[in-house]
Amino acid sequence: MLTAILLGFIFSLFLVFAGKFIKGRLAVLSALVPLSLFIYFLSFIPQISSGEVIRQNYEWVPSFGLNLNFTLDGLSLLFSLLITGIGFLVFAYTASYLKGHDYLDRFYGYLGMFMGAMLGLVLSDNLLSMFIFWELTSISSFFLIGFNNTSEDSRKSAILALAITGSGGFLLLAGALLLGSVAGTYSITEMIGQSDMIIQSDSYIWILILFFGAAFTKSAQFPFHFWLPGAMKAPTPVSTYLHSATMVKAGIYLLLRFTPVLGGEDVWNTTLITVGGITMFYAAVHTLFRTDLKGVLAYSTISILGLLVFLIGLGTQYALTAAAVYIVVHALYKATLFLITGIIDHETGSRDVTSLAGLRKVMMPVAIAGFLAALSSAGMPPFVGFIGKDLVYESTLDMGSWSLFLTVLAIATNILILYAGFVAGIKPFTGKLPEKFSKVHLPNFLMWVPPLILAVLGIIIGIFPGIINDSLIAPVVDSVGREGGEVKLKLWHGFNLVLGLSAVTLAVGALLYFFFKPSAKKEKDISKLDFIAPKSLILDFGDGFKTFSAKWTYILQNGFLRNYVTTIVLVLVGMVGYSFFIGGNGFVLNSDSFSEITFYEVVIMIVMFVAVAFVVASKSRLGAVVGMGIVGYAICLLFVIYSAPDLAMTQFSIDTLTVILFVLVLSGLPKYLDIVDYKARIRDGIVASSLGIVIFLISLAVLNEPVDKEVSEFYADNAYVLAKGKNVVNVILVDFRGADTFMEIAVLTIAALGVFSLLKLRLDKSENPKK
Amino acid sequence: MEVLLATMIGTLYAAGIYLMLKRSLVKLIIGVILLGNGANLLIFLLGRIAKGSPPVIPDNSKIFLEAYTDPLPQALILTAIVISFGLQAFAIVLVKRVFQVVKTDDIDEMNTTDAQV
Repeated sequence: MLTAILLGFIFSLFLVFAGKFIKGRLAVLSALVPLSLFIYFLSFIPQISSGEVIRQNYEWVPSFGLNLNFTLDGLSLLFSLLITGIGFLVFAYTASYLKGHDYLDRFYGYLGMFMGAMLGLVLSDNLLSMFIFWELTSISSFFLIGFNNTSEDSRKSAILALAITGSGGFLLLAGALLLGSVAGTYSITEMIGQSDMIIQSDSYIWILILFFGAAFTKSAQFPFHFWLPGAMKAPTPVSTYLHSATMVKAGIYLLLRFTPVLGGEDVWNTTLITVGGITMFYAAVHTLFRTDLKGVLAYSTISILGLLVFLIGLGTQYALTAAAVYIVVHALYKATLFLITGIIDHETGSRDVTSLAGLRKVMMPVAIAGFLAALSSAGMPPFVGFIGKDLVYESTLDMGSWSLFLTVLAIATNILILYAGFVAGIKPFTGKLPEKFSKVHLPNFLMWVPPLILAVLGIIIGIFPGIINDSLIAPVVDSVGREGGEVKLKLWHGFNLVLGLSAVTLAVGALLYFFFKPSAKKEKDISKLDFIAPKSLILDFGDGFKTFSAKWTYILQNGFLRNYVTTIVLVLVGMVGYSFFIGGNGFVLNSDSFSEITFYEVVIMIVMFVAVAFVVASKSRLGAVVGMGIVGYAICLLFVIYSAPDLAMTQFSIDTLTVILFVLVLSGLPKYLDIVDYKARIRDGIVASSLGIVIFLISLAVLNEPVDKEVSEFYADNAYVLAKGKNVVNVILVDFRGADTFMEIAVLTIAALGVFSLLKLRLDKSENPKK
Repeated sequence: MEVLLATMIGTLYAAGIYLMLKRSLVKLIIGVILLGNGANLLIFLLGRIAKGSPPVIPDNSKIFLEAYTDPLPQALILTAIVISFGLQAFAIVLVKRVFQVVKTDDIDEMNTTDAQV
C-alpha cells in the first residue's frame, strides 16, 4: 500500500527528469498511473465488503509516535477509488486539454504529487502522517491554482487558497497534538476505543474547535468558503479533480473519520448542522447570480460540501448513508459538469452562460453527458442523484422537532442545486446556436469520453444501486457509524412523503430554471453586497493585520540603538521584576552567612563608586577612560582580597592594555560628544537604575539559595590526580576545558587580525570625504 | 560585605546601561566595558566569596585539605575578561575607523547605510 501511495510521488519525480518525453503524444500514457492504482484498489472490494480492514505498518519516526500506518476500510476505499478513478479520467482528459502546453510535464507532476498526497491522507491511520499528507494536498493545490503563473489573478487566488487551507492545516496539527496527548496515541484506530474518555476530557471542546477549523477551511465551509471560487482560476482539470471531486472533500473525510472518535455529542451535531446548513443554503443562493459556468459550479460545489457537513451533523444511520451516497453522486455528476465546461471553454473560448446556447448541434456527445449529469444533479429518477436526495429527505424528516425546518432548508437547497445543474449541463446546449459558434467542433475523444463515462455511470448506478450498496456504501457506514444497522439503497420506495417532496423539488426547480435567467446585471447587483461578504471582511482583516505589523515592527525595529537597549532592559526588568516581587515567594534577606566588612574594603568600594560616577559624569573622554581604568583596578584588588590571584593578574593586565589602547587610538577623535538633554537624562537614568536595582536584589536573593558544587568539586578533587596541576583554575582552563581555551585563542587571533587590518587599511577615495 | 558588593554590581550595571543609552560611540564602548565588569563581579559573588583560600592545592598535598573558594566561577570570569578584551580592542579600533569615514561620533547620524555625498 505504501508503494501505491508513493507511486504518485515517484511519478512526479520521474517527470522532473523525463518531462520532455511526456509532453508530446505520450502524455496520455500517464493516465496509466491512476488507472493501475484504480484497478489495484478495486481488487480490495471483496475483502472490504466482507467487513475486513486491511492494515499495514511501517515505522518511520517511532520515537515521536510518527509511523506510516495505513488502514484500508470502507471509507478509505471509497475515497481511494474516487481519487484514482476520477484521477484516471482527468489525467486522460488533460492530455488533450493542455495538449502542447509548455509546462504540461509540470502539470502532470503536480497532479501526481496531489494524487499521492490525497491517497496518503485517506489511507493514513496515524494522525501525524495524515497531517503531513493533508499539508501536501494544500501545497499541490497551491501550485495547480497558480499554474498560469503569468496571470496576477491566478497567483492571488493561489495565495488566498493556500492561506486559508494552510491555516486550517495549522489547526489540524494543533488538534492532532492535543488529541494525541489526550488519547496517548496517534493511531486513529486506537482512538476509537477511547472515544468516551476523549469526549469526557477537558480538552474535548478545544479538539473539536481545532478539527472543525481544519475541516471547514479545507472543505470551504461558510465563512471560509471564498477561496474555492477563486481556485477556479486553475485549469479545468484541476477544478474537476481537486476542487470538486477530491481535495475539498478532505475536510468531509476528516469529519467522517473522526465521527466514531469525537462524534455523537450535542455540540458536534449542532455545530455541523448549523455550519453545513448555512453553507449549503448561502452557496446555493449564490449560484443564481453567477454568469461564469465555473462560478456556478464552484458555488454549487460549496453547497454540496455544506450538505455533506450537514448530513454528518445529523449523524443518524440514514444521514451517514446519504453522505456516503452523495460523495459518489456528487463526484460523478459534478466532475462531468466541470469536464464539459472545460470542453466548452476549450472549443468556444467562453464560459459565459448568458451567451452560450445551442451547442448540442455541434457537440452531441458532450450535450448528452451534460444532460445526464444535470438530471442526476436534479435528483431525477432513475438517476443515482435521486437515491441520494431521497436519503437526505428521509434523514431530515427523522429529526424530531426540528424536522420541518431542516427539511424545508434541504428542499430549498436542492431546488437551487437543480437550477445550477441545469444551467451548467443543459443551458449551453439548448436553444438556438449563435452564429459565432457555428464553426465549433467536437474535441478529441480523450476529452468527451471521460465526462460521458461518468454521466452514464450515474444512470447505471441509479438503476442498479446494488452495485455500490454492499461494495462501497455499506462498508463506509460500517466504518463511520456509531450505531449498527442495515443499509439498503433502493431506487423505488413506493408512494410516500419523500417521493412527494422529491416531486416538489423537481417541479419548483424546473420552474425556477425556466423563469429565472442568469444575467450580468444580477451578478453586478449582488456584488454590491460584497463589502459584507466574508471574503472582503477577511481580506480587510488581512490588510489591517499587515498594517498593524508594519507599525509594530517600526516601533520595535526603528534603527535607534538606545531604543533597542531601552526595550530590552524594560522587558527584562518587567519580567524578572514581576516574577520576583509578585510571582515569587517574597524576598527575605538572611545576612547570617555574609562576611563582615573591613576598612580596606570600604575604601575600595568608595573609590569604585567615585570612579563610576566620574566615568558617567565626565565631560572629557580621557577622564572617562581614566575612571574606567580605576574601576578595573579596584576590581583587581577585590579579586586579590577574595582568593582569586589568577583573576587579579588577568584583570590587571587587560585593564592596563585597554586603557593604553583607548588613549592611543582615541587621541585623534573629535570632541567628546556631550549632549545636554535633561529629559533624556532622566529617562535614561530611570531605565538604567531600574535594571541596577533588579540586579542588586536578584544577586542578594540568589545568595540565599544553596549552591551546587558538584562540578567544582570534581575539578578540585581531580586537578592533581588526573591533570598533575595544583592551580585548579589554570588546570580547568588549559586541561579540562583545553579545547574551549583553544577556541578562545582563535577568537582573540581573529580579533587581533581585525584590529591590525583596520589600523593598516587605507581609506579608498569614495570613503574619504576630504577629496 | 556581600551587600556592598551587590550594590556595586547594581551600580556597574546601571552605569553601563546608562552610557549605552547615550549617543556617543565612545560612551557606548565604555558602557559595555562597565557592564562586563559588573557581570564578572556578579558571577564572582554568586560563586560565594571567601578570603585567603585560593583554589590552589598546597605544595605538600595532592588534594585540598582545607576549605577553598570555588574555582569554576574564576575560570569562567578569566575567560570572560580575555574575550571581552578582544571585543573591546576591536570595537575601539572600529570606532576610530568609523570616525575616519563618517566624521562623527554620534550614533544617530549613522543609522543610514546610504553614502552621503
